[in-house]
Amino acid sequence: MKQTIRTLLAKHGNLPVAIEDVADGADLYDAGLSSFASVQVMLALEEEFDIEFPEHLLNRKSFSSVDEIAAALTEILEEQAA
Amino acid sequence: MTAAAKITALALADRAKRAAKVAAEFADQVDIEGRFPSEGMDALKSERLMGIMIRPELGGEGASLTEVADVCAILGQACAATAMTYAMHQIQIASLADYAVGSAWHEALQKRICDEQLLIASATSEAGIGGNLRNSLCAIEVDGDTARLTKDATVISYGADADAIMVTSRRHPDAAHSDQVATIFLKDQYTLEQTSKWDTLGMRGTCSDGYIFKAEAPSEQILPRPFAEIAAQSMLAVSHLLWGSLWYGIAADAAARAQSFVKAAARKSPGQVPPGALRLAEASSLLQLVKANVVAGLKQFEGCKGDSDALNAMSFSVAMNNVKIGTSQTILEIINHCMLICGIAGYKNGTPFSLGRHLRDAHSAQLMISNDRILGNTSTMLLVNKQDTSLLG
Ligand SMILES: Cc1cc2nc3c(=O)[nH]c(=O)nc-3n(C[C@H](O)[C@H](O)[C@H](O)COP(=O)(O)OP(=O)(O)OC[C@H]3O[C@@H](n4cnc5c(N)ncnc54)[C@H](O)[C@@H]3O)c2cc1C
Repeated sequence: MKQTIRTLLAKHGNLPVAIEDVADGADLYDAGLSSFASVQVMLALEEEFDIEFPEHLLNRKSFSSVDEIAAALTEILEEQAA
Repeated sequence: MTAAAKITALALADRAKRAAKVAAEFADQVDIEGRFPSEGMDALKSERLMGIMIRPELGGEGASLTEVADVCAILGQACAATAMTYAMHQIQIASLADYAVGSAWHEALQKRICDEQLLIASATSEAGIGGNLRNSLCAIEVDGDTARLTKDATVISYGADADAIMVTSRRHPDAAHSDQVATIFLKDQYTLEQTSKWDTLGMRGTCSDGYIFKAEAPSEQILPRPFAEIAAQSMLAVSHLLWGSLWYGIAADAAARAQSFVKAAARKSPGQVPPGALRLAEASSLLQLVKANVVAGLKQFEGCKGDSDALNAMSFSVAMNNVKIGTSQTILEIINHCMLICGIAGYKNGTPFSLGRHLRDAHSAQLMISNDRILGNTSTMLLVNKQDTSLLG
C-alpha cells in the first residue's frame, strides 16, 4: 500500500524533492506538499482504491505523511469490508 | 481601583463605543490625508482594548473572538481604517495567545502588550508571492542564538507605526516554500526601507506601504509552532471573521445613513412612503444576511476552538472561506443600494449621508486576499469535500 501511495505522490504530489527522499513518517507539508496537490493525490487514491474519503478524514493530519495516509486508507478499507 | 482597572471593569462594547466615537470624528480626515488613524488608535489604547484576548495571567482579559469581533463591528461603523488596524492587530494576538504557549519570550511579550498597549503588524505578503499566505520566498537564517531575516514585503499595514511585526518566512534557506515559520520582531530589531506608497482608493488610513524588511533578533522569537498550523487553525479563520465583522460595520453604517435619509424624506411628505424605502428594505435584508454569515462563522469557530481536528477539517476551511466571500461581495451590494437611496447627498462628500468613503473602503474586501484566490482554494477542496447540507450542524 505504501508503495502505491508513494507512486501516486510522485505522480500528483508535485513535490520539490524526490519522494524516495521523504521518509514514511516525515511531514509532507514541510516537504512542500501544497493543499491543491494533496487534494489531487486524494482523488487519485479514491480512484485507485475505489473508495471515498469520509468527512472525518478530510483534514490536514490524514495527509501529513505517508504513514498517516496509509493509516487513513486502512481505516477506510476496513470500514468498507465490515 | 486604579484608572486602568476602572476602565476594564466596563463592558467591552461600551469601551469600544467610546473609542469609536473618537475614531468617527477623524475618519474623513484620516481618509483624505491617507494617514494613520492615531486618534482612534490612541482611544483604543486608553480604553485598554489592545490585549483583551490575552490570558488574564498575562495581564489580558481572556476575551473571546466573538467579543473582539463585536469591537471590530462597532469600529467599522465609525472608521474602517481604525477598525482594520485593530482587527489586523488582533489577528496577530490570536496567533500569539494560542500558538506560543509555554514560550517565555512570547509570554513576556504578551504581558508587555497588555501593560504598554503595544500594536503588532504583520508581513505575510511578499513580492513574487502576492497574497498566498502559505508560501514564502524569504528564509530566516538562524546562526547560533541569532535569527536574521530580509523580506521584500509588498504590504505592511501601519508598518511605520507598529511596535512589533510578525513576519512569515521559510524555516531555513533549504526549506520548501510552504515550510514556514512566523517570527515576531520588535521595533528596535528591524529596519524598514520603504519601496511603495499606499495611495489607494480606500482603506487609506491603514498606511499599508511596501518595505524591504531587514531584521536581526534572538532566535527564541520564532513562534514555536509551524506556521502551517497557525495559518490553518487560526490566522485564516480569525482574519475572515474579524474582517467580516468590520465590513459588516461599514455596511451597517451605510444602511443607517440611508435609513435616516428615508426617514427625513418621510417626515417632509407625511402620508407618503418615500421612493427609497423599498430599496432600504432590500438593503436591510442583505445586511441581515451578512450579519448571519459572520455570526454563524463565529459560532462555528468558538465551537471548534481548542479541537485541532475540527480546526484542521476541510469543511471548516470551506465554511470560513465562504464567510469571507459572502461578506465581501454582499457589502458592496448593500452600499450601492444605500447610494441609490441617498442620491447626490450620498455621492457628495461632507453631507450626513456621504457614502464615498464607505464604498471605497468596502472595495478592499474582495481584494484583501483576493476572492479569486480563495474561491480557487475552496473549489479545490470541494473536489473531495461534501457540502454541508444540514441546517444546524
Ligand atoms: C487594506 C489592506 C491591508 C493589507 N495589509 C496587509 C498587511 O498588513 N500585511 C500583509 O502581509 N498583507 C497585507 N495586505 C495584502 C493582502 O493580504 C494580500 O496580499 C493582497 O490583498 C493581495 O495582493 P495582490 O492583489 O497584489 O496579489 P495576489 O494575491 O497575487 O492577487 C493578484 C490577482 O491575481 C489573481 N490570482 C492570483 N493568484 C491566484 C490564484 N491562485 N487563484 C486565482 N486567482 C489568483 C487574483 O485575481 C488577484 O486579483 C493588505 C491588503 C489590504 C487590501
